[in-house]
Amino acid sequence: MSLVIEDPRIIEFDVQTDEMLVNMGPQHPSTHGVLRLLLRTDGEIVHECTPHIGYLHRCAEKIGENLSPSQYIPYTDRMDYLAAMNMNLGFSLAIEKMTGMELPERAVHLRVLIAELGRIASHLVGMGAYGLDLGTFSPFLYAFREREIILDLFEEVCGARLTCSYLTVGGATHDLPEEIEIPDGLAALTDRKPGERYPFLEVLEMFLQWLEPKIVEYHTLLTRNAIFIKRTAGIGILTPERAISYGCTGPVLRGSGVDFDLRRDGESIYTSMYSGYEFDIPVASFREAPREAVLGDCWNRFYVRMMEVVQAIRLIRQAIPKYQAAEGSHRVAFKMNTKLPKDEVYLETECPRGQMGFYVVGNGEAAPLRLRAKSSCFCNLSITDHICNGVPLADIPAVVGSLDVVMGEIDR
Amino acid sequence: MTIEQVHALLLEQFGAEAVGERVHQATDPWIKVAADRLIEVGQFLHDDERLAYDHLNDLCGADYFEPDEKKAAKFGHEPHVEVVYHLTSMTHRVQLKLKVVVPRWKNDQQGQLPEVPSVSGIWGIANWHEREAYDLVGILFTGHPNLRRILCPEDWTGHALRKDYEFPLEYHGVRGR
Repeated sequence: MSLVIEDPRIIEFDVQTDEMLVNMGPQHPSTHGVLRLLLRTDGEIVHECTPHIGYLHRCAEKIGENLSPSQYIPYTDRMDYLAAMNMNLGFSLAIEKMTGMELPERAVHLRVLIAELGRIASHLVGMGAYGLDLGTFSPFLYAFREREIILDLFEEVCGARLTCSYLTVGGATHDLPEEIEIPDGLAALTDRKPGERYPFLEVLEMFLQWLEPKIVEYHTLLTRNAIFIKRTAGIGILTPERAISYGCTGPVLRGSGVDFDLRRDGESIYTSMYSGYEFDIPVASFREAPREAVLGDCWNRFYVRMMEVVQAIRLIRQAIPKYQAAEGSHRVAFKMNTKLPKDEVYLETECPRGQMGFYVVGNGEAAPLRLRAKSSCFCNLSITDHICNGVPLADIPAVVGSLDVVMGEIDR
Repeated sequence: MTIEQVHALLLEQFGAEAVGERVHQATDPWIKVAADRLIEVGQFLHDDERLAYDHLNDLCGADYFEPDEKKAAKFGHEPHVEVVYHLTSMTHRVQLKLKVVVPRWKNDQQGQLPEVPSVSGIWGIANWHEREAYDLVGILFTGHPNLRRILCPEDWTGHALRKDYEFPLEYHGVRGR
């Protein structure tokens, strides 16, 4: 007697796969540092994704309660170490808001120039590492080749490459150098002799001129690559309502179609830095998006970052002549033992990864009574459980990578 | 809407026992809210169309205490713990700061954490921020779905951002201090 199966698919429906707990990280190459994800999977589909953080926790907030603001600047470097300049800027502005300092014009334009350069460096890592998460190696090499030149420029400016501590309370530690040796990488790329000396701003312009057409090439390499689109478009969808409720900021928020950027919508002490500058804020959805892309998916988040690089180049181009024409010094003095007033301020700035906030409570002493660093990645990471739900295991790096988190900032 | 108008609106809606005074002594003024009415006030701020504070920028705890007796006279604050809420309305592009002030220890008994209702049902991100405030400042958020430590290991003792916190001598065989 033979068994007749009317619909062969029924058998497949009967197959029960066991639930499995998969531990990903903390030492996993595609978790961007020491992030541990605990995944509950059913077969290949992830049903729950619990991030475990804190592996890099140094209690930077407690350290801040024992140090004066200028001593604390190096600690802000080590939060988002890929965008140290922007971290310095955020903290300095918070203290300036508290003490009511007025900065000379030259310092302001210098800060815009440096902060946007930091944004490019950070987004280049974001782009390269995201490619790496998805299994393509070459964009990573290109991105790091470009970033290397920015780091060389930072080295000429302040002596450090990653942990710059350059922008401090009251401006910057030094003025920009007059003349520098052209970075080896840039010399090789632009057919100049290594070791030749050029004015700093000329080297910067040289670099921008070289970088700008490269962005188009990255779009060919990644953004419009059929495999890349297949891996990113339509997965990890974050709705605008959820993005706002979960405090997402930066490219993650704008990738979900919410038009909010602190450089335009922030507090006056921050927006006044950018007054007189022309720039656009890239917000999803884009006309040039592939058909498969959905508002708030990984592709859109990635594309917002790429477009921000173009805007940052525009901003630096405007900052160069403004800086050259500006009067005054690059700083106003702020002594290390300056007593903070009995006051409290909260200020958020638009860092490459989102809105980084500093909440400082002064109590008549040099060290603040309470120093709170609100991390943008911390908030961005908190939605992983929602956007990883129902995603195949292989797509987890693509979804988490699209948030572009830096663990140093999350764990503080 | 300015903070004066928001304050007036909240007073009208909830009365003076729920909404405390508006404190103007700082660069960013704030409104005090009673702990037991926080959920109602928060829900109103979130839902009312005139206010629409849909984005919680930051939630943090702060410990006001001076353990050093010599310095305590100059400290200038009554010992207390407060939870600070920074809100933004994405529609109206305005900010608001709320504070909930609670005693350092519940019933003045050392080691009993003070309680503040959780707002994680109103703003999703409060879930993680409250876990952090519990972990580092030691505030119990009642009604929180998953109040576990987030940055420190789960078997850690004490709350690091308390002013009288002492670093452990030893943790799993690792010498501290």
